[in-house]
Amino acid sequence: MEICGGQTHSLVKNGLLGLLPDKIQMVHGPGCPVCVTPLHLIDKAVYLAEEKKVILCSFGDMIRVPGSSKSLLDAKAAGADVRVLYSPLEALKIAKENPQREVVFFAVGFETTAPANALSVVQAAHEGVLNYSILTSHVLVPPAMEAILNDTNNLVQGFLAAGHVCTIMGMGEYYPLVEKHKVPMVVTGFEPVDLLQGIAMLVKQLEHGECRLENQYTRMVNEQGNPAARETIARVFQTSDREWRGIGTIPNSGYELRNDYAAYDASKKFEVTLAKADENKACMAGEVLRGRKKPHQCSEFGTRCTPANPLGAPMVSSEGACAAYYHYAHTTKKPVTA
Amino acid sequence: MPKLDFDVITLGHGSGGTLTQQLLDSGVFTVLANPLLDQRHDGAIIPWAGPVAFSTDSYVVSPIFFPGGNIGELAVNGTVNDLAMCGAVPRYLSLSFIIEEGLPMTEFWEIITTIKNACARAGVAVVTGDTKVVERGKGDKIFINTTGIGTLHPKAAIGVENIRPGDVVLLSHAIAAHGMAIMSVRKGLEFESEITSDTRPLNQVIEKLLDAFGTQIHFLRDPTRGGVASVLNEIATDARVGFDIQQRLIPIEESVASACELLGLDPLYVANEGVFIAVVDAAIAHEAVALLRAETASALAVRIGHVTTEHPGQVVLTSAVGGKRVVGRLVGEQLPRIC
Repeated sequence: MEICGGQTHSLVKNGLLGLLPDKIQMVHGPGCPVCVTPLHLIDKAVYLAEEKKVILCSFGDMIRVPGSSKSLLDAKAAGADVRVLYSPLEALKIAKENPQREVVFFAVGFETTAPANALSVVQAAHEGVLNYSILTSHVLVPPAMEAILNDTNNLVQGFLAAGHVCTIMGMGEYYPLVEKHKVPMVVTGFEPVDLLQGIAMLVKQLEHGECRLENQYTRMVNEQGNPAARETIARVFQTSDREWRGIGTIPNSGYELRNDYAAYDASKKFEVTLAKADENKACMAGEVLRGRKKPHQCSEFGTRCTPANPLGAPMVSSEGACAAYYHYAHTTKKPVTA
Repeated sequence: MPKLDFDVITLGHGSGGTLTQQLLDSGVFTVLANPLLDQRHDGAIIPWAGPVAFSTDSYVVSPIFFPGGNIGELAVNGTVNDLAMCGAVPRYLSLSFIIEEGLPMTEFWEIITTIKNACARAGVAVVTGDTKVVERGKGDKIFINTTGIGTLHPKAAIGVENIRPGDVVLLSHAIAAHGMAIMSVRKGLEFESEITSDTRPLNQVIEKLLDAFGTQIHFLRDPTRGGVASVLNEIATDARVGFDIQQRLIPIEESVASACELLGLDPLYVANEGVFIAVVDAAIAHEAVALLRAETASALAVRIGHVTTEHPGQVVLTSAVGGKRVVGRLVGEQLPRIC
């Protein structure tokens, strides 16, 4: 299993799945932050933009994902002030430029985006900016891997760990997983040759009956990760139970703002009472995210569910497995098998 | 810049009265002067014989000034190139401005002089036009529409119906520069080396190509919005053929490729303003590339693939590592990814 959606996309985009021998089956992991952001948080973001009239800032990926009634893109088209940004620090700048407006940044992501999101809060506190807050949906990789490994139906024999996440967090969290579950892992990058090398390293371990944590992505990842980034995360966030869309609640699998920074927590700052909506029953995103099903095994894939009219998040996110299959492998003549 | 009494464009400049006249006289007519425009009639009266190519486009780029050009240059080159892709020799343009009240006169002047230079470079003349001013907040500084007509090249037979299996796909230059130049200013991103737009007229190089190879040039299209991938998909659908293309052959500046990577964008879908795709008879592909490479506008010309009867309606790309994938149509706008 490759953990990260970026790796999934690289595998499909570069046609690597078609080049692998039949005996090697890649299972696509849950590492798509957009896909696992719960429905009710998207609804909340839409509500903040439409009803509370905040300037809702988000990474581009997030805005097309369907909530229970609409996406942020729909809200924007209907007149809400939704802005696509590359960095939460841009959102902070917007807050400073618009002191009369509330600015909310939709802080979605794995450990990779956490440092910048944390930094925006530290900076806001330092500068006394009071009209800025973040709506957090931060999820963590190791607890998700633990959940997959604890699943009695798990068939995954080896993992390509997410290179970017380990660039921030280092490798320390993964040794216990390897030890406890006796499963080989290779921290892997995103270029086609990175992935091929990562797969080769994993296969060698399996052939030799080994289970170790190895690092393919040595040009970026070291044991400690990025200490400054980790320190910033630890200062602002604490771990908490977190709901994963399509998967359910995983203990200690997310970040929430520490009490010291509660003033910057959009969930606490704004009173939002929304009925909890149900997922679309036709969507099997949860099965895909847990690696139990491949996107094209869904009966709605490419028919009722397309990027233009998605039933679930994995079809719209640029890290989503369904989108990867649709964009790069969707062919009527010769379906790319994976 | 002539003295115009105002520092900015006001509603009065679009009223049709004295201010309009003053702006047109010193700001437009004298700059773009030519015998047909000098008629100063409601429209230009042009003697003409033979088939005409006719094209229109509106330009709303933001920001209006960007590395490598501005909206005025884009408005001229864009319509000139659309005519060239029809197999025509562009001759005359109309030029319409919708200006938002408050546009600095200096910026208007810079745009109009750029238009003059771009017309001279492309060998076309502005022969009629219009200027409207809208209230502040009702526009985005300036919108430009240009419409152009051109004489069909006597040897041209450009059309999807002429595309044959085995035809070769040529790409004239490095891709994705325009889109990334706009993106970098819009997002305030700075890269080690500045990325500049590739906006340029393509009519002269197309004319040479048609002079030399005539009907063996089966199809031409400039991949502007939606990039190379979208254009190839459109052609594949319209011509009911497939395309096989090779990723490693597609030229792209290193800085542009890095910027795309950083922002999570696929350069195949990023806009170009000075690149064209030619589908040509395989027999002349080699010579056509040689001809194109001798021209500055198409110095990096290369064959990127061919037309196939396999997978009609689809574009299949062989990646740098040898895997294959379908290059699909873009859904909505390309959006930056999270991590």
